[in-house]
Amino acid sequence: MLDRAQVEAICHLVLEEATTDQVEVLVNAGESALTRYADNRIHQNVAETGSAISIRAVQGQRLGVCSTNDPRPEALRAALAKATELAAIAPENPEFPGLPSAPRPQPGPDPVAATINSTPEERGKAVREVLEVAAGDSLTASGALETTYTHLAVANSEGAFAYGEFTRSSMSAVMETEDSAGRAEAHAADVSAIDARALATIAAGKALASRDPRSLEPGRYTVVLEPLAVADMIFWLGLYGCNALAYQDKRSFLCEKLGQKIASEKISLGDDGLDPRGLPMTFDFEGVPKQPVELISKGVAMGMVHDSRTAAHADPPVTSTGHALPAPNPWGPVPTNMFLRPGEATVADMLRSVDRGLLVTRFHYTNIIHPINTVFTGMTRDGTFLIEEGEIVAGVHNLRFTQSILEALGNVKMVGSEGVQCEYAWCPPLLVEGFSFTGVSGE
Amino acid sequence: MEELIARAVAAALEAGASYADARFTSHEDEEVRVKNGAVESLRSSSAQGVGVRVLAEGAWGFAATSTLTLAAVEEAAGLAVRIARASASTQKTPVALTPVEPASGRFPAVFTENPFDVPLAERVELLLDCDKLMAEAANVALREGFLEVTHEKKYFESSEGAQIYQEGVETGAGIECTAVAPDGSETQTRSYPSSHGGQTAQRGWELVRELDMPSHAEQIACEAEALLTAPACPATVTDVILESSQLALQLHESCGHPIELDRVLGTEASFAGTSFLTPDKLGSFRYGSEQVNINADATLPGGLGSFAYDDEGVPGQRTQIVREGMFTGYLSSRETAPAIGQTSSSGAMRADGYNRIPLIRMTNINLEPSDWTLDELISETKRGMYLCTNTSWSIDDKRLNFQFGTEVAYRIEDGDLGEMLRNATYTGNTPDFWGSCDAVCSADEWQLWGVPNCGKGEPMQTARVGHGVPPARFRDVRVGVTQEEEDGE
Ligand SMILES: [Zn+2]
Repeated sequence: MLDRAQVEAICHLVLEEATTDQVEVLVNAGESALTRYADNRIHQNVAETGSAISIRAVQGQRLGVCSTNDPRPEALRAALAKATELAAIAPENPEFPGLPSAPRPQPGPDPVAATINSTPEERGKAVREVLEVAAGDSLTASGALETTYTHLAVANSEGAFAYGEFTRSSMSAVMETEDSAGRAEAHAADVSAIDARALATIAAGKALASRDPRSLEPGRYTVVLEPLAVADMIFWLGLYGCNALAYQDKRSFLCEKLGQKIASEKISLGDDGLDPRGLPMTFDFEGVPKQPVELISKGVAMGMVHDSRTAAHADPPVTSTGHALPAPNPWGPVPTNMFLRPGEATVADMLRSVDRGLLVTRFHYTNIIHPINTVFTGMTRDGTFLIEEGEIVAGVHNLRFTQSILEALGNVKMVGSEGVQCEYAWCPPLLVEGFSFTGVSGE
Repeated sequence: MEELIARAVAAALEAGASYADARFTSHEDEEVRVKNGAVESLRSSSAQGVGVRVLAEGAWGFAATSTLTLAAVEEAAGLAVRIARASASTQKTPVALTPVEPASGRFPAVFTENPFDVPLAERVELLLDCDKLMAEAANVALREGFLEVTHEKKYFESSEGAQIYQEGVETGAGIECTAVAPDGSETQTRSYPSSHGGQTAQRGWELVRELDMPSHAEQIACEAEALLTAPACPATVTDVILESSQLALQLHESCGHPIELDRVLGTEASFAGTSFLTPDKLGSFRYGSEQVNINADATLPGGLGSFAYDDEGVPGQRTQIVREGMFTGYLSSRETAPAIGQTSSSGAMRADGYNRIPLIRMTNINLEPSDWTLDELISETKRGMYLCTNTSWSIDDKRLNFQFGTEVAYRIEDGDLGEMLRNATYTGNTPDFWGSCDAVCSADEWQLWGVPNCGKGEPMQTARVGHGVPPARFRDVRVGVTQEEEDGE
C-alpha cells in the first residue's frame, strides 16, 4: 500500500499543479481483510489493497469533483484536469462558502501494530476459538472479523493539511439454536484487544437462555436496552437530527427545539473525535480538526455538528466542528464519535426494578418513519427476553416496534454505569418505560 | 488486461489453488445533483482493479488489488491462496462446484443514445429546469434532482477456460421535493418517477427522454404541499392497491432476498439474517395466492439485473420462483445449487466491483402481469387505499414480518379514488400478504424498475437489481401503524 511519503506526494502534486482558485485533495489509502464464518466454518475470506483519491476544484463558486483509484502521476493529472473541466461547466453555487482554512489537527493515537500485521492465520485462529465454544454447546456460529489499516490525508490550497493513520478491528459472534440466537460484538483499534472466546461465550449464553421462546402480545413494555440497541437509536438521532444541514433544511427534530428539554434529564449525549474510549479520529474529510460537541445535556437540546458549509450558513455563523463527510455530500455533517454519558445503574439494578418487561440485545433493520417526530421501526433480534418480578424468566419471539426515539429517551429511568463502543457510538444500557411494540415475528 | 488476469489465474494455480478465477473491472461514472436551484454535485469518478478468487484445500480465498502490474496481481493471487488455506482450517467438507461449460465471448453495452455523449451542461440544465418548475408550482422548501450515468467493463477468466468480456452502461434519474409545515411539525416528500434515486436502467439517454421529468415536476410539488394538510392515514385494516414502484420494493424485500440460496443456507446469518423459505418448502409451500406468478430473469433487455454471464461465468437465465402461488425456485450459485438437488447454478453470482467476491444477488425479480387495468382495479374496490412510492422499509431477519411507509395514500371509496392521506404505512407477514393478493394488473401497466442500492454481505456490497412489476391488490391489510397507546401505567 501507499506509505506516508507517497500519500503526501500525491497531495503536493495536486496542490502545486492546480490552476483553479482553490483546490482540495483527499487521499484514502489502505489495506483491509475480513474473515467471515457461518454454519461453523469460514465461508468467505477476503483481503484488498487500494487507494481512493478525490480532487475538488473550485473556480469562484463553481465546483467540480473527480476521483480515481489510480495514484500514478499521469492519472492524478488527468483527474485534476477533469475536476477543473467540471468546475468550468458548473453554474455558480451561491451557497458555497469556499474551502476552509484550518489549523493542523493534533496527532491522534498511533496505529496498532497487531492490527496492521494481522494475518489470515491469526484471524482463522480467532474464528476457531468461537467455533470451539459453539461445538461445546452444539450451537451454530456465524460472524466476521475485520481489520483495516488506513492512511488518510486531506490538503487544500487554503493551508489545511491533515494526515492520520488509523487501525480498526471489528468482530461479531452470533450463536444460534433451532429457535433462538445470541450475539456479541466488539470494535477496537487493536485487534489483540478483542477476545473472540469472550464474545462467543456471551453470544452462546444468550442463545441458550432464549430457547423455547414464548410469544408475547404487542403493547407497551418496560425495556432494558443493551448498548447495541441504544446505539441504533442514537445513530438515527445523529444522522437525521444533530446534523446542521438537516437543521438548516428544516427537516431535523431540533428545529424549534434548541434549548428545550427533549429527553430525560438522565440523558447527555455528545460527540468527541478525541475521546480514547471510542475510535479516535482527529479531523474530518475537509481536514478540519474535530471539536467535541454537546448535543443533549441533561435532557436539553444543546447543538449539532457542522461542516464548513453549514457553519458558514448558521445564524450567526460558527466555525466548522470538523464533521464533514467526503464531498460532494448530500447528507450533511454527521456525528460518528458519539458518547452517551453513563449513569450509575448496573444491568442487575435495572432488572430488579422491572415487574414485567423485556431485555433487548439489539435491534434489526431499523428505519426512520417520521424524521420530525423521530418515529422509527424495526425488529428485536439475537436475544430478546421476558423479565418478570426482577428476573429474566424466558426468551420471547422477536417483536416489531414502532416508537419515537425522543419519547423513549424521555422515558429513561436508569442509565448503565458501564458502556461499550459500538459502530458509531459509545453507549451504556438504558432502562426505558413504555416502549411501543406493534407486531410479532411470523415464526 | 487479458494478460494480467491470465497471469493472476496461472499464479494462483502455481501457488496451489485447485480452482481460480480472476476479474478485472473498470468502473466510470458521472453524477449531477441539483438542490434548490444550485448544482450541489458535478462529479466524475473511476476505479479499476483485479480480484482473484481461489479454492485451495477445498476452501475459499480472495484478494484484490488496484495496482495493475504483473507483480501486483501475482502477489494478490498468492495471498488469495494463503487466505484459502487459513479458511481450510475450519472446513468440514471441501467446496465442490457444479459444472459449467467454459464460455468465451464479448458482450457490448446496449443503449440507443450514449449518455456520456450528452454534454454535462445539458444534463445540468435539465435538472435546473425541473427545479424551477417545482419552485414555481408550490411552496416546497427542498427541491432535488439527480442524474447518474455509469459505464463498466469487465474481463473474467477462470482456470476452467472461461474468457468473457462484458460491458454495461446504466442511466439513472429522478426528482423530488419536500414541503415543510410553517410550524416545523411536519415534512412531506413526493418524488418522480420513484423515490431513492428515481429510475435506473441499463439503457442510454433515451431513458431520461422517456421519463420526461419536467412534465411531472409541477404535480409532485403540488402534492408535497397538499400532503402537509392531508389527514393522516388512519389505523385500520383495509384493501390496498400498491403502485408498481412500491410493489417492486415489496417484492424485493419479501421475495427477492429470501430466495437467495446462500442466505437460505445461513451464509448471512450473522448480518442480514436467514430466510423462511427453507429447502424443505421448495415445490410444496404456498407462497401466495393463485394470482401470484414470480420469475427471476437475467435476460430482460434494459434490466439492472441483466447480464450475459454472471461473475462465475454461468449464463444469465430465467427461473420460475413462484407459479400460481406455489414456491418453485431459488437464486443459486455453483457452490449452493447441489443443496437443493440441482446440477447447475441458476446464474445469480454478482460482485460489486473488482474488490468484492460474487454473492448470490437478485437479477430481475418480476411479478408476472395478469389482465386487470388499474382503473378497473380501483373501480372494483369498495373500500381501500392506493399506496404509492416508498419512503421507509423494514423486514425481519427471516423476511416474514415487514413494515413499509409510502409517500402518499389515496383513499378508495365505492370504486372512486378519493382524498390524499399522509404518513401512510402498512405491515404484514410475507405469505399471508401474498396470499391475500386477489388481482394483478396487465402487461400494459407492468413496469421494469431498477433498484441500484441493494445491500448485502461483509464487507458491504451494493447490487443493482431489477423488478418488473404491475400494480396489484391485496385484501385486508393492516395500515396506519402507529405507536401503541399509552396504557397509563
Ligand atoms: Zn436488497
